Amino acid sequence: MRLKGLTLGLAAAVAATGIAAPAVQAADTQYFPLFTYRTGPYAPNGIPSANGIADYLNYVNLKHGGVNGVKLVWEECETGYNTKKGVECYERLKGKGTTVVFPYSTGITYKLIPNADKDKISILTVGYGRTDASDGRVFPWTFTTPTTYWSQASAFIKYIGAQEGGMGKLKGKKIALIFHNSAYGKEPIRTLELLERKLGYKLTQLAVNHPGQEQKATWLQIRKIRPDWILLWGWGVMNQVAIKEATNIGFKMDRMIGVWWSGAEQDVVPTGDAAKGYKAGTFHAAGGDFPLIKDIKKVVYDAGKGIKGGDKYIGQVLWNRGMVNAIFATEAMRAAQKKFGVKVVNGDQMRWGLENLNITAERWSELGLKGFMQPVKNTCADHEGNGPVLIQQWDGNKWNIVSDFITPMREVIRPLIEKSAAAYAKKNNITPRKC
Amino acid sequence: MGEFWEFVLAPVLIFESWRFGMEVAISGLLAGVMYSLVALGFVLIYKASGMFNFAQGVLVLFAALNLAGFIGLGVPIPLAILLTIGIMILFAIVVEYLILRHLVNQEQIILFMATIGLAFFLSAFGETIWGSDVKKLDVGIPQGRFEPFGIQIQYLELTAGAVAAALVTVLAIFFSKTKIGRALRAVADDHQAALSVGINLRTIWIIVWAVSGIVALVAGTMWGAKSGVQFSLSEIALKALPVLILGGFESIPGAIIGGLIIGLGEKLAEVGWGPYVGGAIEDWFAYILAMVFLVFRPQGLFGEKIIERV
Repeated sequence: MRLKGLTLGLAAAVAATGIAAPAVQAADTQYFPLFTYRTGPYAPNGIPSANGIADYLNYVNLKHGGVNGVKLVWEECETGYNTKKGVECYERLKGKGTTVVFPYSTGITYKLIPNADKDKISILTVGYGRTDASDGRVFPWTFTTPTTYWSQASAFIKYIGAQEGGMGKLKGKKIALIFHNSAYGKEPIRTLELLERKLGYKLTQLAVNHPGQEQKATWLQIRKIRPDWILLWGWGVMNQVAIKEATNIGFKMDRMIGVWWSGAEQDVVPTGDAAKGYKAGTFHAAGGDFPLIKDIKKVVYDAGKGIKGGDKYIGQVLWNRGMVNAIFATEAMRAAQKKFGVKVVNGDQMRWGLENLNITAERWSELGLKGFMQPVKNTCADHEGNGPVLIQQWDGNKWNIVSDFITPMREVIRPLIEKSAAAYAKKNNITPRKC
Repeated sequence: MGEFWEFVLAPVLIFESWRFGMEVAISGLLAGVMYSLVALGFVLIYKASGMFNFAQGVLVLFAALNLAGFIGLGVPIPLAILLTIGIMILFAIVVEYLILRHLVNQEQIILFMATIGLAFFLSAFGETIWGSDVKKLDVGIPQGRFEPFGIQIQYLELTAGAVAAALVTVLAIFFSKTKIGRALRAVADDHQAALSVGINLRTIWIIVWAVSGIVALVAGTMWGAKSGVQFSLSEIALKALPVLILGGFESIPGAIIGGLIIGLGEKLAEVGWGPYVGGAIEDWFAYILAMVFLVFRPQGLFGEKIIERV
């Protein structure tokens, strides 16, 4: 792996020449380490995600000269979506002025959380990571903004209920969860089991081992169970194979809903027509038809200052999500600059900025993303924000939003989060903050 | 029947519904054929050089990447296949020229280490040329399913079965009826002895690596048609290992029979026992099954028992 990583790292470095800003932090620059996976089995997802962050940071520098005059610098570290390598990246880059990291892996997130407090580095996990870390009293340095797997699972059940004609109609319905056999894939199980007891549907859990190239046994069981709905909690090749297998057994694609990491162009395009009608969760709009995204293309790529070959990802689901990561970090930085009267913010100040993140509908409009996302507002106790979820559907060419924003079952999820966070606090001798 | 026996007999009880049982069995056998296609590449190189080719999985990926890449560039499918075959032959020549000829009569572990290096280089090289995006691979293999007697069978898997049968027939004739085939077997037995009777070792190695590359192309095409062509295709080699352990590293029929046993065994285990233990057991169950065979026949079902005087 070392040789491969080195070779590809060199290739990636060559490809990225001209776009990665100098990594040495000067007095008037804000440093961001980017944990990327441009190589390995998950590279098709990792590349647009990493580009989304880098392109936005680049855009802010080119368009606005940075954030309030502070230039943004960033440095990529290749994790290959490998937890061990991710931790190595963190250890190597944490001393370079890092105030916030985007681990882009639930496994890496779990490893970094215990260090965040000591290192004064915030962990921003946008749409992944450890759900109970939403409780800011126990996890002051971790942010699950704007929503979590548990919220998403409850939103899916609400959506299915609505499709069936009401939550009362869920009783007796069969729902199958096909999940990546990892910490990530198992995240929704607790929520779905709780709601199963509450609402009376029958949940079947089917695990798929990494990488998910071969799923025949799983789909034989689906044939036998004949579920009314399938929830897909996959990643990488597992998604494409699942979509194809679903089509092969004749399952109705509009009754199969993927987690937001199973709902990108990379998951559906290679399957051809098989994915038509397939649905997936999301927390932001798809496509590039927004003033900001058009401007990024113009300012960064049309001016020849973008990542080589990167323009094709602009507006894709994973690119948009990468951009959201960068927006959260820069908006938090902006808030901290204002609050503390500084230019370059330190770890404590960045954490304050993230905890007080407040992106209103007006601010989304100012950014050039009107209607792209719901307002986001964190508090001391709630690092998840508001947590609304959308359902999108693939029409064979593009993703279309087919639901209103679905508010998760906060009354169910929040107590779960607090209970789990309290257990973590007890186990690790943490005294929760008073909020 | 008590719960204990229900658990123990779960893979058999699947056949209480004979249609479902047959579906599991047929799917398992056809999945096994897909593993065999990958295993065949390992067998060919091991037969001819006594080398366990760690790079075989990457070879599957590399072949499929080239094919999908050419098709993506608008090259007609038959020409794209020919171009890819040409690349695999060229690759065999380069491997012989740069690596193998320098390692004649070296320890097996040295040859093995060389293939590890080759694997990492090849995957990076393929990604550098063709990129990391998932590529759709459509060479006209029929998709969808048909249902004789209510038993669902997929066209893709049936096609893979037919292709594997044709491939094995051709390879069996090649090895037993041609001069080159016999020379291949001689080289496998002893490099130095083969050289002493005038067999051109370098030519033999080029031929066997080229054939192995073409077999990898067939395997990559089948798997790529199923999942798209992407880096994880190289990990399919892990599914071929238990097949090799079970069938023997140097037997072409062994690769096929081993694939069928592993495919059938793991599917019955997953569908039967999986629900009792949280599922996702098929990967490790395949290795357990292979190890059970290994205990009783260390050389595999069809492998040659080698007795060396010391």
